[in-house]
Amino acid sequence: MNTAIVAGLLLILLGFAYQLGWSRSRSLVAAGARVHSRPVYHGSLVAIWALVPALLVLGLWVLFGDTAMRAYIVAQFPPDVANLAPGDLNAAIQRVRQIETGFGVVGETAPYENAAAQALREFRVLTFALVVAAAAGTGALGLYLARRRISDRLRARNEVETVVRILLIACSVVAILTTVGIVASLLSEAIRFFTFVSPADFFFGTVWNPRFSTVGNGATGEYGLLPLLWGTLMVATIAIIVALPIGLMTAIYLTQYASPRARDIIKPIVEVLAGIPTIVYGFFALVTVGPFLASAGTSIGLDIRATSALTAGVVMGIMIIPFISSLSDDVIRQVPRAMRDGSLGLGATQSETIKRVILPAALPGIVGAFLLAVSRAIGETMIVVLAAGNSPFLRLNPGEPVSTVTVTIVNQLTGDTDFASPQSLVAFALGLTLFVMTLILNVAALFIVRRYREQYE
Amino acid sequence: MNKMAEMFSRQLEQGSDGSTQRLERIRAGLSARHSRERRFRAYGIAAIVAALGFVAILFSMILYQGLPAFTQATLTVDVFFDPEIIEADDIPVQVEGQSAAEYQKAQLDWQRQVTMLNWNRVVEQAILAAAPDIEIDTRAVLSVVETSERFRLRDMFVADPGLLGKTVSVDMLASANTDNWLKGNIDRSLPDSQQQLSPEARALADRLMEEGKMRFSFAAHIFSNVDSRSAPASAGLAGAFVGSLYMMLVVIVLAVPIGVASAVYLEEFAPKNRLTDFIEVNINNLAAVPSIVFGLLGAAVFINYFRLPLSAPLVGGLVLTLMTLPTVIIATRSALRAVPPSLRQAALGLGASKTQTVFHHVLPVTYPGILTATIIGVAQALGETAPLLLIGMNAFVAQIPSTPMDQSTALPVQIYLWQGNENRNFFEARTSAAIIVLLGLMLTLNAIAIFLRTRLERRK
Repeated sequence: MNTAIVAGLLLILLGFAYQLGWSRSRSLVAAGARVHSRPVYHGSLVAIWALVPALLVLGLWVLFGDTAMRAYIVAQFPPDVANLAPGDLNAAIQRVRQIETGFGVVGETAPYENAAAQALREFRVLTFALVVAAAAGTGALGLYLARRRISDRLRARNEVETVVRILLIACSVVAILTTVGIVASLLSEAIRFFTFVSPADFFFGTVWNPRFSTVGNGATGEYGLLPLLWGTLMVATIAIIVALPIGLMTAIYLTQYASPRARDIIKPIVEVLAGIPTIVYGFFALVTVGPFLASAGTSIGLDIRATSALTAGVVMGIMIIPFISSLSDDVIRQVPRAMRDGSLGLGATQSETIKRVILPAALPGIVGAFLLAVSRAIGETMIVVLAAGNSPFLRLNPGEPVSTVTVTIVNQLTGDTDFASPQSLVAFALGLTLFVMTLILNVAALFIVRRYREQYE
Repeated sequence: MNKMAEMFSRQLEQGSDGSTQRLERIRAGLSARHSRERRFRAYGIAAIVAALGFVAILFSMILYQGLPAFTQATLTVDVFFDPEIIEADDIPVQVEGQSAAEYQKAQLDWQRQVTMLNWNRVVEQAILAAAPDIEIDTRAVLSVVETSERFRLRDMFVADPGLLGKTVSVDMLASANTDNWLKGNIDRSLPDSQQQLSPEARALADRLMEEGKMRFSFAAHIFSNVDSRSAPASAGLAGAFVGSLYMMLVVIVLAVPIGVASAVYLEEFAPKNRLTDFIEVNINNLAAVPSIVFGLLGAAVFINYFRLPLSAPLVGGLVLTLMTLPTVIIATRSALRAVPPSLRQAALGLGASKTQTVFHHVLPVTYPGILTATIIGVAQALGETAPLLLIGMNAFVAQIPSTPMDQSTALPVQIYLWQGNENRNFFEARTSAAIIVLLGLMLTLNAIAIFLRTRLERRK
């Protein structure tokens, strides 16, 4: 179907309907009536009434048109062709369509193909005309009905505003639908995964060795979550050890000591770190930090691998610094000034005030920031994909490579869309674990931060 | 502050004995307290220096590694389209009664015939003509220039068959190995067995460089070519760039209207009850859900359930839209919250309806805020990699996608693919160059945001 023509026709219908409603309303005003709504609303109302039925008809055709076309082609075939296997039948249909568009096919065409193509050409023109006529007809009917309703007492504005409000509500439902979609898709695929592997083996297994889906039926693999969870926690812990002191001290210095000018310069530069894509951090870890840590380790007699939990953790820590510093910054600045001035007035030094008064007062907010940072760290993917080494074993040494939940999701699902084997389905079970973990952290953090805000507002 | 404490203590000095003792204690502890204060301050400065140092190291490393990749060794030679090597039929023309399909087949047959010709020989002759007296075998000659150059000569011929028998000056790209050798990326003192080029080829490259026929020129093809596996030196970002562009278009077209509408509803219309509270928690949580979970959603819903094509920018754009939505909603809501209530009251007082108040008076005030949020959201989406890997955008695609439904990669995914290339020597610089392009784009976006915001705010 020619989309441009249809879109053009729709636009014409829309403009025409709007114009009709508008002029009708104007003529009422000209006749001296006191009209409830302004002409704009009458025009909009008529346009809505004309557009919605037309769109419904077109929508139905988009949904079912192709099926109808296909059925029509098959009906044109002689019985021996129509009863072919689905694959060959599709090929035959494709040939007819190519002949019909005038592009042609290579080689001789069978007479029945030419006939079918000819019939299809006529059918296409006919259905196109029919659909456009039906859309135009329903649109015109809607237009007529709406226009007839226009009177000085019609509350057109209220009706248009109701439509606007329905649209607004529909838009805010998208956010809920996203969550529902996440939970539903993760749950359903994870449940399918648990038909292959028992949940106990998954959640408490200590060996991760899924094998490949081409080898055996998949039940041969071992899907123990613990090594991955261990790796995730190790990397996240290292990240927090790096980020929390630096981020928190940065926030404290910028809010308590720095001059406004220094603050205006330093704060945006630190926040640049938050805007850098994670793949860039991953590459930085792989090419710069990993080799540096490895050689630094060698020089002090430690065996640190270039791709290890340490490398990934340190770089992830750098990534999280601005996250912690800007969240703590907000929180510290919300502590009432009177508390700070009171402490200083009693003779405490600035650092004593910060340590004994401001930080305890800001603690809930900082804990919230901390939880969000942890959630961020365990969900981070690209840094660990590139720099953690992908080695799913339970190891204590942070200088050794590890694997994490996110790395494994990427490994198990990349390029694989056949969601039938446990090897790819396990990604959803892992995703569910990750989602639940971050959900708990996020909700706890949101709750704490909200309570904290209420305390000082 | 400490001066005040001292003044205070001086006053106390005239007090009773007990207070004198207390004062002594305070004085004794003072220097320790002050050094603690200095230490604490030093920690703060150290933290800031560390944070700023990380920014500096990150950017200088990437610039240091990436900038050399923007120039590449290029060889300028005269190519003779030798009729003895290029023996092809005349180009077919469409005759009366021939269907489009048959004409296309004839075209393809002719192109196949042209492709089967020995273009390598043409390349070899051109290079040998530039350095006539050198003793070298065919393999070594051909290893100096990129393998894609013979296809370029072929394409030149296909586009203009009249070139037959003529001599044209052509800029040929040196191969990745030659580029490494000439730039000194590979240690020149390594023995032959560890070098990527044969000794003859290295000598040829050095000589062409000396004579000025080979030189480093700006590698414009990084921006105009698509990715290539067989010819790494000619690999470019064009396909990934267009893929990212399509995705960002989808994000802007979907995320901004939906996000703004949803923020307007929640902030201005929605009654404050359990449900809207739930929506709010939900949106805040969505903003913190790991990006890879959105990738899983995309794989399960868009690819597996709706059967949308793999690797399509449309699907990538949809996934990124869902990710960006919370950012837009949260920022728009805080912008709406910052609008003074007097504005609403004035509009309502003059008889405007609630909807009129919001759309005619409140929302226009927030445009700078919405704009900034949009650009920040788009920049965030532009750099996102993980969810795209799960919907197949890491496929190798050697074409510029012509519609959002075609296979494509994206800029960050291209970076991911390049960092994994086996030719580390060459691709480490190439990856950094791609990172520079990506960061440059994001920087431009942010600069535009700041510029527009200041302009819009000044106009008010």
